[in-house]
Amino acid sequence: MRDNPNPLSMQLKLNPDDFLPASDEEKQSLVVMRDSVSFWKDGLRRLGKNKIAMVSLVAVVIIMLFSFVVPSFYPYSYEEQIRGSENMAPMKYSEEEQARIDAGEHIFPHVLGTDKLGRDYAIRVMMGSRISLIVGLVAAVIILIIGSVFGSIAAFFGGWVDLIMMRIVDIIYTVPDILLIVLLSFALKAPLESLSQMPGFGWIQVVGRNLISIFIVFALLYWVGMARMVRSQILMLKESEYVTAARALGASNGRIIKKHLLTNCIGTLIVTTTLQIPSSIFTESFLSFLGLGVAVPMPSLGSLASDAINGLNTYPYLLFIPAILISLIILSFNLLGDGLRDAFDPKMKN
Amino acid sequence: MVRYILKRLGLAIVTIWIVATLTFFLMNMVPGGPFLSEKAVSPKALATLEEKYGLDKPLFEQYITYMKGAVHGDFGDSLKQRGRTVMSIITTKFPVSARVGGLAVLFSFLLGVPLGCISALNRGKAGDNAIIVIATCGIAVPSFVVCTVLMYIFGVRLKWLPTLGLSTWKNYIMPIAALAFYPTAYITRLMRSSMLDVLGQDYMRTARAKGLNQFISLFKHALRNAVLPVVTYLGPLLAYTVTGSFIVEKIFTIPGLGGEFIGSITSRDYTVIMGTTIFLAALMVIMNVIVDIVYKLVDPRIKLK
Repeated sequence: MRDNPNPLSMQLKLNPDDFLPASDEEKQSLVVMRDSVSFWKDGLRRLGKNKIAMVSLVAVVIIMLFSFVVPSFYPYSYEEQIRGSENMAPMKYSEEEQARIDAGEHIFPHVLGTDKLGRDYAIRVMMGSRISLIVGLVAAVIILIIGSVFGSIAAFFGGWVDLIMMRIVDIIYTVPDILLIVLLSFALKAPLESLSQMPGFGWIQVVGRNLISIFIVFALLYWVGMARMVRSQILMLKESEYVTAARALGASNGRIIKKHLLTNCIGTLIVTTTLQIPSSIFTESFLSFLGLGVAVPMPSLGSLASDAINGLNTYPYLLFIPAILISLIILSFNLLGDGLRDAFDPKMKN
Repeated sequence: MVRYILKRLGLAIVTIWIVATLTFFLMNMVPGGPFLSEKAVSPKALATLEEKYGLDKPLFEQYITYMKGAVHGDFGDSLKQRGRTVMSIITTKFPVSARVGGLAVLFSFLLGVPLGCISALNRGKAGDNAIIVIATCGIAVPSFVVCTVLMYIFGVRLKWLPTLGLSTWKNYIMPIAALAFYPTAYITRLMRSSMLDVLGQDYMRTARAKGLNQFISLFKHALRNAVLPVVTYLGPLLAYTVTGSFIVEKIFTIPGLGGEFIGSITSRDYTVIMGTTIFLAALMVIMNVIVDIVYKLVDPRIKLK
């Protein structure tokens, strides 16, 4: 093709070089600079940058190690009463123990002293925080399951179903919960006792009757917050086009809820579940403090604090240790939950 | 508006009825009765007692009788405290709880709102950080810890304040402080986040752009809008502080309704359980209705359903 000297020519001025296949170098410039980041990677990256959340995560891990791992090789057991070493201050030995140490024996110190029955307080505190953590975690899982199923069904079907289901939630929400908890834990005692005698239900004895009635109470009363949260999310999500598309392709209601709706509010679910843990621990310690929690000799942080009140004047550390620990557990779960929220669900920030 | 209020009240009555029914059957499910725990009652005396209070009748008949009485405002006599009606127990115990709880809510409101505002207005500065740290820790401390620590420091060690009863104004300080601790921290956080939200709104920028006095814009525009979430929290809080003060009442031995509540359950005083439950449930539910109506009055943007 020759050059056209006339600038006003209407002829197409094409350069054949423009139509050559692109070289590799040119192709490189079109590649997106960063790999696409998955939801989890993105969230975890943001979580990792959040110093407060990481510190509280470390605190949670340390507390878990001390309550689940350390007791298994700790030289004392939580119900073992050591004669002659009642009411000892931290790191002190009784005369008997001192005599054995002088004889060359090695005796593990009572790091946090002993209580009035001569039980090592450190192991009792560890077992107590184990109970608190178990209650918190199990209750959170129960609440997650019931709340998300209930909330998603109400939101998805709407209309009358929603109205009735949400009225139930409203009613449970307004019930004075403490009263029902107290009543329920009383009422459940006898049925659980007889159930544990039956074959196949022996595990009730292992877990502890009171602990199970606490779980049942949580399962009956505390899922309403989660249900409301999930419902409001799904009400928004169900208008999305991918739901219409899924329905057009013939997906069943259950599949849409499971595969599309609940997976899309996973951020909310994680955050609400994590923030549920401290509030369950709160309630458990409250119940134990009133004497309605776990059965003796099993300790819980609430009952340890409650027992320590009578000796407050002489042995204040018996109160302060469980009190500080329970506050620390709740605080670190709260902060971790806040961090998770910022990382996985930035919309919820306010 | 009238229709809305009527509808909400109707729902409130249904809720109270359900709670009452649930409590009635739940409490009868618990093995043992009000007269069994006492020392060796002869079977004949037991039968007479049960007949006197109608406990020998079928459960459903008892329920109908009780409900008929309750609708007419008759909650019956206490089974354990001889010669006292449930109504008189409630009317003597409730004012005590209400006084302590009401003052605690008042203090937490008066303290939490300004703290939240200060924190939001100084966002990111040292003052804000300090308030946030304190409020975050405050939310994590259970009330029994606050109670016992206060008692140890001011009652046992320093001996500044009395630890038992409610005889002088000094007695009120620790229970109120313990009760107000959590709500203050909560209100501070709530107020901070809602204030930050409001400060970022367009009308705040407009107010500043037209040269409005900073104080007027702050108090007239920002505060009025930002305080709304706190107002909604106050209703349930008020109901909760009155009912939820079991621990505070137990530790400081305050003769309030919370202690009566727990006591009646452990001693199976059926009529007192029912009376206090209905009373407290009604209190909570009606408080919620009032808050919703007040919410509408202070914020016309909200449409009533």
